Amino acid sequence: MRVVVCVKHVPDVQQPRSLRPDGRLARGGDDDTLNELDEDALEAGLRTAEAAGFPGEGHDVTVLTVGPAAAVEAVRRGVAMGASGAVHVRDDAVAGSDAVATARVLAAAIAELHAEAPVDVVVAGMAALDGLTSLVPAALAELLGWPQLTLADRITVADGVVTVRRETSTDVEELTAPAPAVLSVTDQAFRARFPGFKGILAARKHPVTTWSLADLGLDPSTVGPAGSATRVVHAAERPERADRVLVTGDAETVPALVDYLSQKGFA
Amino acid sequence: MNERENGGQAGGSVAVLVDHLDGTVRPTALELLTLARGLGREVHAVWVGDRAPAAELAAHGADVVHEVEVSGADARLTASVVDALQAVLAAGVVGLVLVPSTFEGREVAARLAVRTGAGVVTGVSGVAVEDGCWTARKTVLAGGWDTACAVTGPLAVVAVAPHAVQALARDGAAEPVVVRRTAEASAAARAVTVVSRTRRPASERPPLAEAEVVVVGGRGVEGDFSGVEELADVLGGAVGATRVATDEGWIGHEAQVGQTGVTISPRLYVGLGVSGAVHHKGGMAASATVVAVNNDPDAPVFEFADYGIVGDLTEVLPALTAELRRRRG
Repeated sequence: MRVVVCVKHVPDVQQPRSLRPDGRLARGGDDDTLNELDEDALEAGLRTAEAAGFPGEGHDVTVLTVGPAAAVEAVRRGVAMGASGAVHVRDDAVAGSDAVATARVLAAAIAELHAEAPVDVVVAGMAALDGLTSLVPAALAELLGWPQLTLADRITVADGVVTVRRETSTDVEELTAPAPAVLSVTDQAFRARFPGFKGILAARKHPVTTWSLADLGLDPSTVGPAGSATRVVHAAERPERADRVLVTGDAETVPALVDYLSQKGFA
Repeated sequence: MNERENGGQAGGSVAVLVDHLDGTVRPTALELLTLARGLGREVHAVWVGDRAPAAELAAHGADVVHEVEVSGADARLTASVVDALQAVLAAGVVGLVLVPSTFEGREVAARLAVRTGAGVVTGVSGVAVEDGCWTARKTVLAGGWDTACAVTGPLAVVAVAPHAVQALARDGAAEPVVVRRTAEASAAARAVTVVSRTRRPASERPPLAEAEVVVVGGRGVEGDFSGVEELADVLGGAVGATRVATDEGWIGHEAQVGQTGVTISPRLYVGLGVSGAVHHKGGMAASATVVAVNNDPDAPVFEFADYGIVGDLTEVLPALTAELRRRRG
């Protein structure tokens, strides 16, 4: 079985984050880290492959990212957790890509891997904590022409058929589709293993395949700002509000709060 | 560069994907129609399935109602919904598509964008034409920044956050034109088989993602959500929780509000014993009015609460519920 897990290196949500004057997210801080929700994708990818006999002959879990130089840390984390392959698409022309343009780069890299040796399953997290768009998994499925099975909390692959269980806002569904398929996973079901010391050491030395846009046969005009159909035209930090009310006390504070709610039409 | 049909000019009419369940329109769909109506363009409501409530859709803004049957695949699959939208877009009059900013809605937006070259913006609070482009406003980075994104492609697909506008019916809406269409399911839709689909038990309370009022319990409720639920019921709202509360098993995971749980944008958010950590803030930053009660004066929630009470929850909460009941008689 061959599994590809898409991961993203993002600014740490616990640290102050900001936008640059051009509206792009300021990246490259010392605290930038693997997107937390991609740990669930890595765990799901590893478990799915392990059920088929990974690690072993004929099985592979490749962790894939697109991003600047520092993003290699995200794939190294995947290797430390147990992934057998690491691919980093790195090209200055990619900077400033919106979610759909980013998906174009990932899809080209997955197609390249698929041509090397057939991919059965692509796994992504449910969102990246920087943009929170959740667009990439479905965009990938459309670009690759593969079925999408998103927000999975259980995955089985047998005889070339992928089955997932998923919860929508209204239903619990079981869906199947022939492999290869694009999956995303929620943060509820695949609690990530912690990489051992040995894994972390091995990941430092593990070879990482680095591809440019040229390696993928992608024209730079199809990615980055030129290849994005959206453009940030305004970005401003929200000013501190001066009209906040903060009171200290217990039950005696309640009537004033209810007056406030009543003014707002809630009481 | 994409071949632009209109050079990024915000032309055309507006299509609204109408979210519905068992034939009933979801409240957020009426918000989207209200938003679309305010843009001064012809509004096309897209209803996947049959028996669209045309009068209700017209009252909220639809000039044309498209009932689209998808043949060859389950109609609720993302790819099927995209096939249905494409059947409407084929006429070439639509320049802006509004979808709900739910996981399902955003997936539809993603696939539609790849198929059509559209630009997508998610989690949007408002749409306008600026410098000749459809431009969407949204807050990012856990509510810390306001941005505007212009769509430069031939089509704009905008996923609108719940409660970005209030749903309002208009008087004297004309009888809408109802157009019945059939869309052939794409290979992407036909490839997926729905083995089973079971309705999750519906709560008596409004769905968390759509509720106008959400009462959230955090670490400070110390395991007891009964007071949170009682206040939610008095306010006619939904119950939410922080990650700590769901991880501790005080309430089910489906109640988790945050960057990785449910994203909410209610008109009123009440945080009870919620510290306001960034993870949680990222999921509720679009709330219109934020009220917080916490006994820790240094809790980050007080940095963004409109009305904060530093006090003992066990005292404040029952008094608040009782006072609201008393005033409502």
